[in-house]
Amino acid sequence: MMQEGLDDGPDFLSEEDRGPRAVNVDLEMDATLQVDISDALSERDKVKFTVHTKSTLPNFKQNEFSVVRQHEEFIWLHDSFVENEDYAGYIIPPAPPRPDFDASREKLQKLGEGEGSMTKEEFTKMKQELEAEYLAIFKKTVAMHEVFLCRVAAHPILRKDLNFHVFLEYNQDLSVRGKNKKEKLEDFFKNVVKSADGVLVAGVKDVDDFFEHEKTFLLEYHNRVKDASAKCDRMIRSHKNASDDMNRIASSLYTLGTQDSTDLCKFFLKVSELFEKTRKIEARVAADEDLKLADLLKYYLRESQAAKDLLYRRSRGLVDYENANKALDKARAKNRDVLQAETNQQLCCHKFEKISESAKQELIDFKTRRVAAFRKNLVELAELELKHAKGNLQLLQSCVGVLKGNT
Amino acid sequence: MCGEKRPLVLNWFSSKSQPASLSAVDISTNANGPKQDSFFDDDNEDLFAEATEEVSLDSPERDVLLSDGPSPAITPITPPTSVITPRIGHTHDDMFTHSSFDEIEEEESGDSFDIHISVSDPEKIGDGMNAYMAYKVTTKTSMSLFKQRDFAVKRRFSDFLGLHSKLASKYLHIGYIVPPAPEKSIVGMTKVKVGKEDQSSNEFVEKRRSALERYLMRTVKHPILLKDPDVLQFLESTELPRAVNTQALSSAGILRMVNKAADAVNKMTIKMNESDAWFEEKQQHFENLDLQLKKLHASVESLVCHRKELSVNTAQFAKSAAMLGNSEDHTALSRALSQLAEVEEKIDQLHQDQANADLYLFSELLGDYVRLIGAVKGVFDHRMKTWQKWQDSQMLLQKKREAEAKLQFTNKPDKLQQAKDEIKELEGKVQQGERDFEQISKTIRKEVSRFEKERVKDFKMIIVKYLESLVQTQQQLIKYWEAFLPEAKAIS
Repeated sequence: MMQEGLDDGPDFLSEEDRGPRAVNVDLEMDATLQVDISDALSERDKVKFTVHTKSTLPNFKQNEFSVVRQHEEFIWLHDSFVENEDYAGYIIPPAPPRPDFDASREKLQKLGEGEGSMTKEEFTKMKQELEAEYLAIFKKTVAMHEVFLCRVAAHPILRKDLNFHVFLEYNQDLSVRGKNKKEKLEDFFKNVVKSADGVLVAGVKDVDDFFEHEKTFLLEYHNRVKDASAKCDRMIRSHKNASDDMNRIASSLYTLGTQDSTDLCKFFLKVSELFEKTRKIEARVAADEDLKLADLLKYYLRESQAAKDLLYRRSRGLVDYENANKALDKARAKNRDVLQAETNQQLCCHKFEKISESAKQELIDFKTRRVAAFRKNLVELAELELKHAKGNLQLLQSCVGVLKGNT
Repeated sequence: MCGEKRPLVLNWFSSKSQPASLSAVDISTNANGPKQDSFFDDDNEDLFAEATEEVSLDSPERDVLLSDGPSPAITPITPPTSVITPRIGHTHDDMFTHSSFDEIEEEESGDSFDIHISVSDPEKIGDGMNAYMAYKVTTKTSMSLFKQRDFAVKRRFSDFLGLHSKLASKYLHIGYIVPPAPEKSIVGMTKVKVGKEDQSSNEFVEKRRSALERYLMRTVKHPILLKDPDVLQFLESTELPRAVNTQALSSAGILRMVNKAADAVNKMTIKMNESDAWFEEKQQHFENLDLQLKKLHASVESLVCHRKELSVNTAQFAKSAAMLGNSEDHTALSRALSQLAEVEEKIDQLHQDQANADLYLFSELLGDYVRLIGAVKGVFDHRMKTWQKWQDSQMLLQKKREAEAKLQFTNKPDKLQQAKDEIKELEGKVQQGERDFEQISKTIRKEVSRFEKERVKDFKMIIVKYLESLVQTQQQLIKYWEAFLPEAKAIS
């Protein structure tokens, strides 16, 4: 099927994205461990990522090496973090979404079926469009997988994780199969329990002001980011639709221009050309908005969920601790299994305090990252919008000038 | 007037009682010999050098003519040159139906085309299902054709339809491209009648008002139609007899639909021997144009729709972004997000305005021309019908001649005489048919050339205007984003 390299093909993403793709996270690139995705291949229904590592750490056999990984292996790694009790006090970097080429593939298929009903030029144009779209989705999925790895690599604790090292270094297939039906069902129930639990836990008022504030903030923020992300997507879709219309208008004008016998033929051809060019700019605007705004919002939707999960784990820890206290009191009152209760209580206390400590720092870091990412992206968004609007303006003005001069 | 190069054509002196065919033998018994010569100062290209004169209502020539004894125009004279048999005007009520274009255009130079019509102030009159919209039609002109320079009347939609109907019945079948009236819309009008005051019904009224204005301007731009008394009456007189038979569901409306269908069937059965390549080429050209314009129109309508959607979605996003800014607890970022929300709100208004330009400039232009080309195709069809009529008369004449030949051998003198009379009549019909056909062909040629000129002008002007609206949108966008950028940079 389609084999894509990363740096060839029509550049659908802006040039700024060619560099470190961690656009949403603004991470410090640490020389001791650098991870990136240097290549990717799209086959039938899976994507193969080439994960490239450069490290001065002693744990690795070499200083520079690459392995090939698939999406399921990323998920395995993420899940292993989530399930690891030691990491309960950290915001686990959100898993990258599954590569989804279905919509794009469907469109390409429909185009192939409808080939007979349109002119050769129209067909070629639309094919180019759809291929560019495919490429854009492809680049995005690569970026999101990369961001995940970079976040892990930048985290002081997670970067030392053994599974992570295996993921980076082990050059055989990890034999991680996707979850089967039973496991998926288990997951589903776990989530149901968790959300029910989460409601209960959220109701517990926190003594600590900082966490109480964070809880309220995150709950509301998460919902609003969700809404903003959805509305942003809709807006961008309309933008794309409008630009598609311009494409068709350009084609029609071209045909009119070639058919007309009057003065209008040159006129139509010029306007057709204008629409072609302005449409390309409009498409870029939509793509850039998608990248800088929509993707940003989507990412922070996932991260805020991860932060919420952290708070949930802490609250859970608090509840466990309080329950352990109660159990200890009861045991002391009955003078039975006191030692066991004491040990348990100490364990819960220790766990809770550990989580609280790291959680505080994590949440502060989260805010810093978030502000930095928004700033970077909003500035870049504004700069790109300006660049495109100015380009568009010049195009339109020069065309109007030519047309008026000829009239 | 005498000795002037251009032949003047004066229709209203032509007697309708004159026999349709006048052989060249008839000679005027009037005394104005030398004057008569001037009538045939040609215009050699004018195959049908009229024996009739035409004068504009208020031109000074009229008085001069009247003062000269009995008009010499009534009786044709064998021209010294080889001009084809002149003919008398048809049984038409109107004054100016058969003059050549050249004459009209030359006359106009005395009274330049300066007229501007606006349709405004839509006002709902009445209630419920009997309610209607009344529009103010204002005319500003310096042309002597009109009694005043600046005047207004109140008209309703059916008045416009009535005007078009009259013009169509007078001019379409002889080859003039009569601009079609705006379309009826039962759904749209019902909403207005019922009193639904929302975005879509406001847009409907505005669309209609704008369409009516364009319709009137196109009509008066046509030099022949401008002078039609129905047009003048429409623009000037305060009271206009209610145009009946324009309702879609009336019996007349249904009759119209039936006729249209019948016409379509007939068109398919007429097989014309096109001897003139020009017509064949032009017909093909208009077919292609029709197809392409319809396609383009559909794409532009889609653009209007998507642009409106974009505006709505941008507004929703703006609200959402504002909410997000509110819940953001980092002050500077919170402010920046609020600013972003404001920018997006302004942009949504921009999209709305642009969608309007898409609609009222580009889309409506295309819609108008799709309908106009319908009228052009109609005129070509009339030419075919005229041809058919001529052919039919010829065939009938042939049959009658054969019948007469047979009768020669029978002893039925009165039947023979009857046959001879019929033949004579038919011969006249055939000649008339041929002249009609040639006249309509000639008229169409001129009309098409005029139409094409107008089309080029219209498209150029309106599309440039539309592109200028696009320019404006970009300029505004630049302003908004330039204002936002420092806000984004200020996040610390």
